This record gives sequence, C-alpha cells and structure tokens, in this order.
Amino acid sequence: MSNHKFIRVWEENGIGRIELNRTKVLNAINRPMVTEIITALEQFDRDHDVSAIVINGGGRAFAAGADIDEMAGDTPVSLELLNQFAEWDRIQGIKKPIIAAVHGFALGGGFELVLSCDVVFAAEDAKFGFPEVKLGVMPGAGGTVKLTKAMGKAKALEWLWTGDSMDAAVAERHGLITRLVAPEVLLEEALAFAARLVQQAPLSLRLIKDTVNKAIDYSVYEGMQAERKNFYLLFASRDQKEGMKAFIEKRPPEFRGE
Amino acid sequence: METVAFEVENHVAWVTLDRPDRLNAFNDQMNRDIIAAIKRAEKDDDIRAVVITGAGRAFCSGEDLSGVQEDANFGDILRKRYNPMVQRLAKFEKPLIAAVNGTAAGAGMSLALACDFRLASEKASFIEAFIHVGLVPDSGNLYYLPRLVGYAKALELAVLGEKVSAEEALNLGLVTKVLPHDDYNASVQAFAEKLAGMPTKAIGLIKRYMRQSFETNLDQMLENEAFAQRTAGQTADHQAGIQAFLSKSKPAFTGK
Repeated sequence: MSNHKFIRVWEENGIGRIELNRTKVLNAINRPMVTEIITALEQFDRDHDVSAIVINGGGRAFAAGADIDEMAGDTPVSLELLNQFAEWDRIQGIKKPIIAAVHGFALGGGFELVLSCDVVFAAEDAKFGFPEVKLGVMPGAGGTVKLTKAMGKAKALEWLWTGDSMDAAVAERHGLITRLVAPEVLLEEALAFAARLVQQAPLSLRLIKDTVNKAIDYSVYEGMQAERKNFYLLFASRDQKEGMKAFIEKRPPEFRGE
Repeated sequence: METVAFEVENHVAWVTLDRPDRLNAFNDQMNRDIIAAIKRAEKDDDIRAVVITGAGRAFCSGEDLSGVQEDANFGDILRKRYNPMVQRLAKFEKPLIAAVNGTAAGAGMSLALACDFRLASEKASFIEAFIHVGLVPDSGNLYYLPRLVGYAKALELAVLGEKVSAEEALNLGLVTKVLPHDDYNASVQAFAEKLAGMPTKAIGLIKRYMRQSFETNLDQMLENEAFAQRTAGQTADHQAGIQAFLSKSKPAFTGK
C-alpha cells in the first residue's frame, strides 16, 4: 500500500491491518514509527472500504517500549518545541474501531498504544507494564491517565511506581483486556472479531465509539445528552431505514455506511 | 549448571539433581540451575520429554538447612528462589516426569508435585517434612497437593507429616507408577520415550488448559478447548494421526 519503514500496512476484507515491524528491537516505538502509525490510521479512517482496524506486533512482541536513545539527550524546551505527543492525540480522533492484538511484551509506549485502541485481544502470554519509572521518568503519551481511568488509582499507582509488568490474566482482571485468547489463535480471533464489526452498520459503530468515549469523561447527565443526539443522528442514515426494514421483513440487513 | 546434570537421550532430557552428599538438598544455585535446565529443554525442539531425578539414594531432601541463616526471611527466599522455579515448571509445555528414586522431602516433595507424572522407585518415599520444624509446605505444595489427592488427604499429609511409602503414594493417586529399583532408570526412560513419541503440541495444550480448569468456569473452559482444538487441528501430528487411523498403521508423531 505504501513505503513504510517501521510498520506494514494493508487492507483485507474490509479490515485495515497495521503490523509493527521493527522486530529486531521488539518493535520499540520511535517518533517516525508513531507518525507512520497515525498516518496509516487516518488513511484507513477516510477509506470507505475499511470498517475496522487491527494493530498487531510482528515478531516476538507487540511493542517493548520506546526508543530510549532517541530521547536520552532531550530537554524540556526541545520536547516542548518538538511536541511529539501531539501525534498521539490524533489517535483519539480516529472514528473507526481500532482493535489491538497483543502478544509478548507491551511496555511503555507499546502499552500506551494498546490503551489508545478501542478493543484489546491479548494472548495469554502477553505482558503489560510501564517501566518508565526505572529510567527516572514516567509515561508521557497518556499512560498514567488511561491506566488510572481503567483500573483506579490504588492499582494504577502500584504498577506505575514499581514499573513491574503484569500478566495478561491480571490485565484482564482489571478490565484492560477485551478477550484473553491462546497465543496460537490471537490474530485469528482478533480478525474474526473485526470481521463481525465489518458486518455491522458503520455509522452505528462510529457513533457508539464516540458516545462510549464521552461516557468515560462526561458526567452521566452530559453523557446521556450526547448519547441522545447521536441516537437521533442515526435516524438520518440510510442504514437505519435499511436495518429496521430488514428487521420487519425478517431478512438480514445490507448496510452501506450511508 | 553446577548442581544439576543435563543429558539428552533419544528425545528425553534427564535433569539430575547432583548434590548426592547433601541428599540433593536445594541451595540457591540449584534453584537457578533447574530453571536453566527447563529453559534449555524449552528451546530444544529435539527434546520432547523431561525427567527430573536425583543422584544417589535420595530424590531431593528439600532446602539445605545448613545454608540457612537463623535470621533469614523465608518469605523472601521463596520469592527469590523457589517461586520463579515453580512458575517456570508450571509454564513448561512438554511432558515433565519426576523420577522419584528415593526420598522426596519438604520442597523436594513440592518439586515432584510440580511435575506432570511421578514415577516412584519402590524405595521412594514422600514426606511433608515442613511441620516437623514448625513450618508450612511451600513451593506450590499447598496448591498441588489438594488437587492431586483431595483436600482431606492433603491436609492429613501436611499436618501429620508422616512418611508416605511408594505403595501408599500409588494408592493415594500421588504417583503414576511404582517401578522396581532394579533397572529403575531404564523403566523411566521407556516411559519417557513413550511420551516423547506422542503429539507434543497436543500434550502441551492439554497441560495448559487442564491447569487453567482449576481457576475458571465452564464457559471459559469451552472457549479454551476451542482455542486448543483449533491449534491442535493444524498440527502435522494431527494429520499423521488421521492418516495412520485411515490406513490402520501406527502413526509417527514428530511433535510438530
């Protein structure tokens, strides 16, 4: 599809595929790689043939951290001017479902990438963690915030302060994982889930994602107001008419994302 | 590996605890060496079964109490030395046999419990020695024992700390077989070779998910079985098994 240096990108059966491809360094995430990922996500988001996106790691891990050499010499001013984390903010703008398929290590920036996805399929051997504290720093691409929202303060602080990595079963217990699966069938299961989403009404998926993300940050009242508007909005779609008509006619609907 | 010998014979790795003058008692080097041996067996595709046994007349007499300082923190010793070993054994997906050639006491008994099969020599014995020094069974012992022999018997063994002979162990379901002391190693090798000639991947999947059955519910187990069967169904050994079944011949499993 294009000439990426650190990732592989392609489309299959309505699913946009992104595979992290710096396998020699366990897919450690560097700045150009983040740019490649977000660019690929935005292209898929605009591509009418793509209904869901799956991100996985090539080789032995999902992504074992960030490129330390790249950051070692930075200063507060150089970081402010570079504004590297602005790229990460753009992931929040992606409207289509993003599914992470995680095996092996997902550490530091790799874990933040997982937490930036909507749904997480994890192999039973996956390990998650924020080792930044061991380098005298801390997560910078949303790790502290998203981990705390997901598991609560008491548990999040334990992992962030110790830098220990948690087994997939622990991550699942804390609600970070959608489904825990055997390593051998990880991609197959994640792709099967993506394939189910491809069958759903794309605009519904989109506005459900929008509303669920708002629910995390909004009060119940504000969240419900947002929900209502999105509910009404879907009645402007062709797929709503098709969906309800098909239901009455007892036949499967044909959604077009219109 | 200073305290264990590692030898491979016909796809079977023998990990022999090799401190016979101390009845193969654990020291921290031995904990590390067992982990190293298991890692080596994991990486080597040619190895399709592992036997753990003891040199000399004992299997393993547990922690070497002569090396323990009076003010030692036993919790830390377990976390640093024993628990990583027990966790490594639990993750190991190839068949793991404890060839209990003699006494398995304390953590030595725990080591035997952490294996998939226990083949006892007629001279073997098991003893929950911990209680006699005012301690508690550790290294997975409290986890495995009730799962192997049931709660009532496990509690009895752990609290009373009485020696269990090979024959009694067989009656309890604690061991797979009792083998004559003569030709013991050859009998163990024959059993291990049989396992080594079986569908290794399928055995690994059985181990992984049967172990999980203790901590999960039916719905999740049904999913786990689906994962396992999907994976096993794609192995060369499954094909070999089907072909052999159809042609009424004996399958040659390669572990792939």
